[in-house]
Amino acid sequence: MRVTALFKRIVLQLVRDKRTLALLFLAPLLILTLMHLLFTSNEVPSSIGVIGGSFEIVERLEDQDFEVTVIEETTTLKKLVEEQDLDGILKIDGEKLQLTLENTDPSQTKMLQAKLQQVLSLTQDRTSIEMAYVYGNENTSFFDVLSPILVGFFVFFFVFLISGIGLLRERMTGTLERLLSTPIKRWEIVMGYLLGYGLFAVIQTIIVVLYAINVLDMVLKGSMWHVLLINLLIALVALSLGILLSSFATSEFQMIQFIPLVIIPQVFFTGIIPISGMPEWLQMFSNVMPISYGANALKSVMYKGQGLGDVQFDILALMGFAVVFIVLNIVALKKHRKI
Amino acid sequence: MSILQVSNVTKSYGKHSILSDVEFSAEEGQIVGLIGPSGSGKTTLIKLIVGMDVPTTGSVDMLGERVPNLGLLKKIGYMAQSDSLYHDLTGYENLTFFASMFLMSKREVKERIAYVTQLVQLESALKKRVSTYSGGMKRRLSLAIALIQNPQILILDEPTVGIDPELRKSIWTELVRLKVEEQKTILVTTHVMDEAEKCDVLTMIREGRVITTGSPQELKAIYDVTNLEDVFLKAGGEAHARHSSL
Ligand SMILES: Nc1ncnc2c1ncn2[C@@H]1O[C@H](COP(=O)(O)OP(=O)(O)OP(=O)(O)O)[C@@H](O)[C@H]1O
Ligand SMILES: [Mg+2]
Repeated sequence: MRVTALFKRIVLQLVRDKRTLALLFLAPLLILTLMHLLFTSNEVPSSIGVIGGSFEIVERLEDQDFEVTVIEETTTLKKLVEEQDLDGILKIDGEKLQLTLENTDPSQTKMLQAKLQQVLSLTQDRTSIEMAYVYGNENTSFFDVLSPILVGFFVFFFVFLISGIGLLRERMTGTLERLLSTPIKRWEIVMGYLLGYGLFAVIQTIIVVLYAINVLDMVLKGSMWHVLLINLLIALVALSLGILLSSFATSEFQMIQFIPLVIIPQVFFTGIIPISGMPEWLQMFSNVMPISYGANALKSVMYKGQGLGDVQFDILALMGFAVVFIVLNIVALKKHRKI
Repeated sequence: MSILQVSNVTKSYGKHSILSDVEFSAEEGQIVGLIGPSGSGKTTLIKLIVGMDVPTTGSVDMLGERVPNLGLLKKIGYMAQSDSLYHDLTGYENLTFFASMFLMSKREVKERIAYVTQLVQLESALKKRVSTYSGGMKRRLSLAIALIQNPQILILDEPTVGIDPELRKSIWTELVRLKVEEQKTILVTTHVMDEAEKCDVLTMIREGRVITTGSPQELKAIYDVTNLEDVFLKAGGEAHARHSSL
């Protein structure tokens, strides 16, 4: 079988290309780990000065990991914040609360504010507020919501790049033309490529998913098999899109140029930025972005714990993309041989 | 009937006309030489004959079938002008890969590889990666690949560039043997005049037009010169004069 021969050849070539293999298998793990560390890093305890607070309040603040300094009355609060190197000072004057914040890092300030409010509401009402979460819990970090998207994205990105460059190189070195001067059929070439790079996409997907779930403790509510299946579909779309777009590039550098054009815009529509907040016409764009379907399906399975039935629309969409790209690939090879 | 018939072929890329009104044919058991200056359109014509590209007008027929045709490709051994090899594979792996494109049996593959590698004297380098090959070795491997499926028609675009005189001689001896003993038809482009002498028919091309065709002896007689180089210069000059007077 010609497809088998092509498959074996691609596997052999990739196995010998250690660096590309490393990129394919290790780079996603590296970036995932980095993201994991960045988004789940324990917050630095906020140091706060308290003026006029009761012993009870101080204790509650300390329970919430605040570094509390009790300060005697003073008039220049702002100066004091700097002098004592505090993140803020809370002045309690009977019912009146006054908060002075350092605010060099607005996001940290917001966090401090929110936390402080929580503590104070508890003390003042004397009743504990029970918090309820639809998804996740009080320990949910941004990474947990982000991670399903990241897993899908990395699978897409690396498979896209490596398969695209693979076919491109075949074209540039003239071997594609040489290959087309044998009786191989165009669909056999596309199949060989899908299988050859597909094998590595499968391995990559398994490594990334296992690592994310077991080592990084990524939330996995749904089935691991479903996660793998969705990722394989994402890889298939990336693979067929990569080799399709490579026929519009004449060098590796031009292939890289597709990243800001094709890959980055898709990131914006994965749900990292809320899509529902976008203008209507912009939301339309997400309909033509394969990653948005993949990310949605992964989020549903990994984070919400839904089954395949709940994401069947996304799965069908991914399959649709793959079929369209594969057919276009077979047609695109006509550029090199008319039959 | 001719085994290969190129009728009235023109080829242009955009506004550039590369080949005009090319008439060309080859009979079974002939070595046909295609000679002409660099950029005259030899490679372009070869690609049209193999079926990698289609003529703008006119047609190419081979073995009674219209090119391009997938079935014909099995019968053509094609050696491109630039070496198209998988550099990260060994010579042996390259050969088996291309052999499998012709769906040959395992035994057949083995026999053919043994034969073609001995022909191009590449036995000792077979297990080495192509990336470590010298220019001439790559050329030889390309030739071996062109012969792998034992094709009826060989189309070789400058097969002996970068190959030393001794090996070049033995390759030509083998080409002649293939022609005589196995009735193969061989179409070859070359810039080397003593190779052109060995062809049964020579076709000279200049600026995309056929300027003259005939056996080396005929051509020398027609133009009343003793060597092919002079034929080329004379024929080229006349064609040029005729052309510019139009
Ligand atoms: N794809 C293409 N697009 C545009 N022009 C082309 C293309 N391929 C070839 N040409 C032009 O066609 C002309 C003939 O090229 P060709 O390669 O056939 O020459 P050649 O006779 O084989 O030369 P050489 O002896 O140097 O190999 C050249 O002027 C070349 O620039
Ligand atoms: Mg040429």
